[in-house]
Amino acid sequence: MTKEEIDNDRDDMMIDEREQQGFPLMQCVQEEFDPEQLKFYYGRLFPYADIYKWMSYGNDRKHPACDLSYFGRREFSFILGNDVYLRYQSFNSAAQMENSIKSKCPFKIDIGAVYSVDPAKRNAYAGENAFTPVEKELVFDIDMSDYDDVRYCCSGANICQKCWPLMTIAIKVIDSALREDFGFTHILWVYSGRRGVHCWVCDARARRLNNAQRAAIADYFHVYKVGNENSRKKVFLGGPALHPSLVRSYQQVLRPFFEEDLLCGQSLLETEEKFEKILEMIPDESITAKLRGEWLGNHHRSSNSKEDINRVRWEKLKSHLQSGKQKWLRRCIEEIIFSYTYPRLDMGVTKLTNHLLKAPFCVHPKTGRVCVPIDPKHCEEFDPMAVPTLSSLKKELDTPDLENGEGKKFESGRTSLDKSLTVFRLFLDPLLKSCKEEMEISYNAKLQQSKSSLTW
Amino acid sequence: MEILRSQKKISAQAAIPTLPVYRSAPSLEVRLEDFELFAIDRLRVLTGISNGLSRGKKPDEMEKLGNDLWKANMRHHDSSRMLDKDIISHFVLRLVYCRNEELRKWFLTHETKLFEYRFRVESVESQKALMAEIGFPYTAVGIGELEDMRENLNQVARSIGRQMLTSDALFFKVPFEEVPELISGRKVYIHKGFAYVAMNQAVNIVTGMFRSNLSKGLVLTNRKWTTTLKEQEKDRLTPIVEALSTSYLGPDYSQPKEYAEISIKDIDKVASSSFPLCMRHLFEKLREDHHLKHGGRMQLGLFLKGVGLNLDDALAFWKAEFSQKVGSERFDKEYAYSIRHNYGKEGKRIDYTPYSCQKIISSTPGAGDQHGCPYRNFSKENLEAALSKMGVSSRLMGDVMDKVKNRHYQLACTLTFEAVHASSCDSGINHPNQYFIDSQKILQAKVTNSTTVKNETT
Repeated sequence: MTKEEIDNDRDDMMIDEREQQGFPLMQCVQEEFDPEQLKFYYGRLFPYADIYKWMSYGNDRKHPACDLSYFGRREFSFILGNDVYLRYQSFNSAAQMENSIKSKCPFKIDIGAVYSVDPAKRNAYAGENAFTPVEKELVFDIDMSDYDDVRYCCSGANICQKCWPLMTIAIKVIDSALREDFGFTHILWVYSGRRGVHCWVCDARARRLNNAQRAAIADYFHVYKVGNENSRKKVFLGGPALHPSLVRSYQQVLRPFFEEDLLCGQSLLETEEKFEKILEMIPDESITAKLRGEWLGNHHRSSNSKEDINRVRWEKLKSHLQSGKQKWLRRCIEEIIFSYTYPRLDMGVTKLTNHLLKAPFCVHPKTGRVCVPIDPKHCEEFDPMAVPTLSSLKKELDTPDLENGEGKKFESGRTSLDKSLTVFRLFLDPLLKSCKEEMEISYNAKLQQSKSSLTW
Repeated sequence: MEILRSQKKISAQAAIPTLPVYRSAPSLEVRLEDFELFAIDRLRVLTGISNGLSRGKKPDEMEKLGNDLWKANMRHHDSSRMLDKDIISHFVLRLVYCRNEELRKWFLTHETKLFEYRFRVESVESQKALMAEIGFPYTAVGIGELEDMRENLNQVARSIGRQMLTSDALFFKVPFEEVPELISGRKVYIHKGFAYVAMNQAVNIVTGMFRSNLSKGLVLTNRKWTTTLKEQEKDRLTPIVEALSTSYLGPDYSQPKEYAEISIKDIDKVASSSFPLCMRHLFEKLREDHHLKHGGRMQLGLFLKGVGLNLDDALAFWKAEFSQKVGSERFDKEYAYSIRHNYGKEGKRIDYTPYSCQKIISSTPGAGDQHGCPYRNFSKENLEAALSKMGVSSRLMGDVMDKVKNRHYQLACTLTFEAVHASSCDSGINHPNQYFIDSQKILQAKVTNSTTVKNETT
């Protein structure tokens, strides 16, 4: 391979391939995606100022401690309508970013790392280490298509109300671990526009993590193991006891959601095909044979009962496993629940500093849905089917009573996007406040230092 | 050390544990012989560790191996001088291994491992002293906080199959960024950005700090070596230092001992049966091109000498090939000298030693060169072709290529030996001539076996 080819390879790695390929056989095309509407969206609704403020992390003021080059060293990349891919775009101001997005009208905007030098001018710097990623948010990408073996309502890129709780679980589990275990506070959750969610951890400490540290955090969340056909275990929970972080997830999120929602919502024990998959995870033949016999035999009887058949069978299964003498059988209950609920991360996205991730407030070209922020405190209430779409936004603006208001400025305040911007600012305002404080502290420390060296 | 005139002198440190952290070179007088001998002893320990690691020994086996090797090689008849020997040998090897990236990396890895093995067997008290000395920046978790955390810490201990906490358990509160390897396996309890690291887990941090100190030290030593020491010491230390990094510590193969000389007529036969790939390749190239560049002539020529080709036969052998390309006159004029030189008949009249694997692996063949280690230098495709030509089955090929991928070239060669001879090679291949001798042993044993079988049946 020539050096150039290697570089290209590396570039490709940063892109989420599955997002790239597109799905020609989409069954759930909600609406036609209209590039003209996208132009209109970028022209009148996209929140440039908020994105700029976020990506500047307080470096856009006139304070002497500001690093004015900070925003300009951030990589943006665009995918245009004709599949042209533009990497290493950079902007020196909010206005420049706005103009570029308006004129190019990208179908997708990705956000990359902050580099040591302006990424647009990367070729002007010689030397191996002159152009390296120095900062980026710690990010997570969770896709519903990775859950196809545990959901029966849809598959692939499709989602519905019945499987979306899996994403709610992911948000709850990861959000609480990030806050409780790692001590992060500035966390943004975003709907990816179709079948998943993205997470941006924006604390200064998170932005400065190196690749090894990012990989370690990704592994910390890595319980689900893919691709081992020979093992009946889908999850690896560690030694004879659960790690305290997993215990918390299990008790507060996984078990309640499994028993109160997914068990019946997905009818996990209703048919033979479905309950066999769960019985497979129990390594004790005598128990599985007993359960199988009962469930195959009394199918009709229990259907008379008012109780949901899934719940009845689950209680039966639990009592069998808990009454067993072997302690490790009780572990099976945990393993089943973890297999059916625990978040499944796209590890590659988290591990590399320079991996790209789609920007919030983009519009997904396949669904027309805006990638809106999700408030993790109320993530149960989030409905992916109800998010603003290009055409719904257009309609809202075109409605006569809204158009009575004059002046462009207020337009975005009059659409359903307004609610999403409020959620975004719930994240942004405290972030900017703490950026300001940190800057003040480090500036004062420096002042103090130079003063003391002067007195010397 | 007095010999290293320009090194900083430090006052003797009080109450050092038996394991030094090698902060700076001590002011000691060293006899020139000790300078070299101590270094060689330490090198035996490090090479032993390297062999153990590349054989995939488990951490606890390695810990035992490291400490056993230490006891076997680093004792001094005067027990009060054990620590001196330790420190002197370390700093000599710093000089030896500071000179390029590859050497530095090798030394850094194995010296850090050695430190780790020795650290782990120290008492808790001296471990604490060492941590303080090395500048371990984290303080132990206080009793009150430990009590609050106890349940969670116990839970983690159980989850990784460790014992419950004892009452005097020692934990350190470390920013999670510092211990990624403990985070990734959920091997520690983390709360609000801090990992609660148990004493036995803290070893990773301590050795990490040891490594980074040593790494910086090596760069400084290298600077000092290239700017001043190398020139200052060119008549005294420089030759010793330069020889040490490629020195080979196994048996001497310069004189063929156990097996009778081979003659030219047998050479093709033994080449295909008993030459390691590096020599086989040179041999075939020579037969094909009737020429080899200098590096190839040295590598193959000295090997053949070790195999038992006497000077006259060697001259005839090289001449037969080279004269087809350059003519016999030019051969006599330009090439015969260096062959006689190899046999100690010209110039300094040193009887040169055949190259060891270590030396061959570390050589850097340029364009047109054929010498070096094929496991390291060949492309994947070429290597696979060469190996299947040697008779390595496709079943075993994967194992060999696996070792190559992990840069264990000598192990790859060992596996090849085992595949070709259908016989194990427990000592591993460390020298092409050892490969040859071991191969001959096996082949001759097979011949004797089959003749005895024949005799019995008749």
